[in-house]
Amino acid sequence: MNGVAFLLRALHHGEKHLTRHLTAVAERHRTEHEVHHVATDLAGWSREQVRCLSETAGHYGLDLDDSADTRLPALVSTFRQKASEAVSHRSEPGLLLLRDLRELHLGATENSLHWEMLAQAAQATRDDRLLGLASACHPATLRQMRWTNTMIKNLSPQILTGP
Amino acid sequence: MDASVDRIAQPWGSRTPYGRHEPWPARVDTYLEAGVEPDDVQQWVQAASILHSDGDAMDIAVADGRIVGVRGRAQDRVNHGRLGPKDLFGWQANASADRLTRPLVRQDGRLVECDWDTAMNRVVACSRGLLDEHGPGAIGFYTSGQLFLEEYYTLAVLARAGIGTNHLDGNTRLCTSTAAEALKESFGCDGQPGSYDDIDHADVIALFGHNLAETQPVQWMRILDRLEGADPPRLVCVDPRPTRVAREATVHLAPRLGTNVALLNALLHEIIRADRVDHDYVAAHTVGFDELAFRVKEYPPKRAADICDVPAARIEEAAELLGTADRLLSTVLQGVYQSHQATAAAVQVNNLHLIRGMLGRPGAGVLQMNGQPTAQNTRECGANGDLPGFRNWQNSEHVADLARVWNVDPKTIPHYAPPTHAMQMFRYAEQGSIRMLWISGTNPAVSLPELARIRSILAQDRLFVVVQDLFLTETAQLADVVLPAATWGEKAGTFTNADRTVHLSDKAVEPPGEAKPDLDIFLDYAARMDFRDKDGGPLVTWHDPESAFEAWKRCSAGRPCDYTGLTYDKLRGGSGIQWPCNEQAPDGTERLYTDGISWAHPDICENYGKDLATGAADSVVEYRSLNPDGKAMIKAADYLPPHEEPTDAYPFQLTTGRTVYHFHTRTKTARAPQLNAAAPDVWVEASAPDAAALGLGEGDLVEVTTPRGALRGRLRVTDIRTGLLFVPFHYGYWDTGAGHAPGGDIPGRAANETTVTDWDPASKQPLFKTAAAALRLVERGDGRSAPAPTTAASAPASGAVPATTGGPSALVTQSADGTWDSPEEENR
Repeated sequence: MNGVAFLLRALHHGEKHLTRHLTAVAERHRTEHEVHHVATDLAGWSREQVRCLSETAGHYGLDLDDSADTRLPALVSTFRQKASEAVSHRSEPGLLLLRDLRELHLGATENSLHWEMLAQAAQATRDDRLLGLASACHPATLRQMRWTNTMIKNLSPQILTGP
Repeated sequence: MDASVDRIAQPWGSRTPYGRHEPWPARVDTYLEAGVEPDDVQQWVQAASILHSDGDAMDIAVADGRIVGVRGRAQDRVNHGRLGPKDLFGWQANASADRLTRPLVRQDGRLVECDWDTAMNRVVACSRGLLDEHGPGAIGFYTSGQLFLEEYYTLAVLARAGIGTNHLDGNTRLCTSTAAEALKESFGCDGQPGSYDDIDHADVIALFGHNLAETQPVQWMRILDRLEGADPPRLVCVDPRPTRVAREATVHLAPRLGTNVALLNALLHEIIRADRVDHDYVAAHTVGFDELAFRVKEYPPKRAADICDVPAARIEEAAELLGTADRLLSTVLQGVYQSHQATAAAVQVNNLHLIRGMLGRPGAGVLQMNGQPTAQNTRECGANGDLPGFRNWQNSEHVADLARVWNVDPKTIPHYAPPTHAMQMFRYAEQGSIRMLWISGTNPAVSLPELARIRSILAQDRLFVVVQDLFLTETAQLADVVLPAATWGEKAGTFTNADRTVHLSDKAVEPPGEAKPDLDIFLDYAARMDFRDKDGGPLVTWHDPESAFEAWKRCSAGRPCDYTGLTYDKLRGGSGIQWPCNEQAPDGTERLYTDGISWAHPDICENYGKDLATGAADSVVEYRSLNPDGKAMIKAADYLPPHEEPTDAYPFQLTTGRTVYHFHTRTKTARAPQLNAAAPDVWVEASAPDAAALGLGEGDLVEVTTPRGALRGRLRVTDIRTGLLFVPFHYGYWDTGAGHAPGGDIPGRAANETTVTDWDPASKQPLFKTAAAALRLVERGDGRSAPAPTTAASAPASGAVPATTGGPSALVTQSADGTWDSPEEENR
């Protein structure tokens, strides 16, 4: 049971972290419109995973909060947006964007591995509730990974070789 | 049949009723300018319309070297002689006094006339400089939906293999990219499944976000004729506006903007719940049904009713019609394509046909429509985000095959990432990595979203902008070099309509001044740049439209859009012909997928598919495991809330759209007096309850504001859904005195001042139909009325508004044509 508790905590932390990071990236790259909009949507997916984890955790004697609490203080949020708009005509943010997408991908990958482990633990203990949680949530994590990978693949040639 | 009809007052003309499974009778529409009699016409030159995607075949009347009128071609399969208002009157723009007749270059901040050598040398010097300094990624090409096939193909070759850039896209990104993506997602490959002839055979016709009456008026005439004939079809209409289609529909659903997926899922829910599924078809030809059935379980009509704000009972009625149809035809256009979750929603319409087995038979078909006349050709020729001939950029065999056709090294053709879409190209230009943008035949300074941003991108000193157009458009005013182009009637070429019909459009008159066909401009550039193949020979080996067509045929050989059976001679004289046209199908192909799914095999498909919510690309490995045998793919999608929802500050939803009298940014239609007078200025539509709540009335000058910007127009109160505003997107600034942008005394006029920069992640089509807005009074109308047509979707809800008419200058002759109809039909 300890292993499961560890994984639930790790996932709860990981999905919360990814929610925050996706939200921050969406704001930081407001002038990269596709990144802005899709990252905001994907933050919603992670927020939902946090809620599901919190719901299930109670059955395992864990008290994990259900709010991803990603709302940044209004000032920070406005600052990030304005900073993004102020440099919209410059090329340096491109490298920052690739770095952010890479970090998002690694964060999602870590979560994915944890979901994989949770699903394996659930099968080994024939725990249908836990397996249900992992099966419901893992696909969204894989889609987050594919999206970051696709964006990196599509944007890299121009950002890394352009003027 | 009436001898002559005011075709501004009656855009669809008179009726020629016909029954189900009967041929559509011909009706030949002719318009000649005042004072010209039929006997005065010295020559009739074959052409087809380039003011919408219908492909209406017509003959151009020529007298003394001038165009003096047009006449529909009775023998053509598309229009059987009929023409729409834009076809009838739009040609007059060709002879406008303000056509560009000489190249212009920017000098000391001003555009000044020059000769072709000066202009082209500047373009070539800039190209070479950027290639040397930064490489091909610094150069981008943004083209149109109104050039000819030969021109797009030449542009695709010179951009992809000559320059070697991945940055080539068309403004067809704004009108047709979701159609293409939805077909690729469901069938593995682009290619319109259905045919316009399906209208003759269907018993239920469903129009999803498709204001057919205004976007392809001639096919609407066909439906009107069937509605008046024996055994008429029943119509299902999904549209938040009271379009003519909505008024004729058996069931009209007017959903909240951005909720199409929820609505379609509920329709699929009902069809699966009632087991109106063709299980044999599903088993033989599809994969993915179980996933769809599982997913739509969560969308009973009640839930969709809450999301879409449509009565659950109406959804059930619509599902009953769709589920019990004997032959179902569905059409889809901008209400889906330019709206939130565009591809996901368009794919659900494909799913509807796949689970009902409604494909490949007369009357059973899908028409994922195009907006623009030659949009299909940008898709085929690789000028709209794909490689030519629907080749798959991720499939190295396809790239090698293309390299063989072009006799270049495969590495020359960028295929490390998908061809760059237009919105991303503008982002690269904004960021400074694209330094030269060559814009041909389109006007992004009016047609792209969030115009303040687009103007700031185009106005940058570091961006070298080339504009190739007929007029000094808003975009041309921001250019560094302006190239005067010839247009329809002044050049020859072919193009393909929304149901794969290829037409030849011949040259009738000389272009004005030094204006040149777009093909000649591209050929001149290729020659000056001295593009070579891998053996040192010239890369571009053709020299005129017909030799370009022959070159394209070699590129299309064996591909779904196979043109090898077509020649200019074959296209001359008779009807247009539908591709694929080759040895096996010398007369063309009426419907695709008559015998299963042909182009979805992993080795053949154009695309391995995308995540409909994120746009993430699937790999060949995933595709092979999902669809090893190349069947149609049923892809489910969950509803996601739109990115911009109404708030206290912006309480309305805002959508943009079009009218039957105008095309795009009015560069041509505003220069045709009858069309301009029918809809001379921008207007704003709101519902009667909303107008009453704000104390507003017909003709009041109002301001529509979003977080991006504002525009002003007069109010038209209509039966549009409550909470929704509509603004036509056609209007810009060239005819306001302000030049290319609002300023001074000229307030915002273009709808795109207000639209959001957001696009569908799968198709990359911008979302013009999902924004939140505020509405306020600027000035009372005092008895004036809005400059909005009364004939179509902008018809007033009530009250005394003068009817839109065209008067004597809009009278068009309509006649039955004995050479086409059988005698019985003539007598009807």
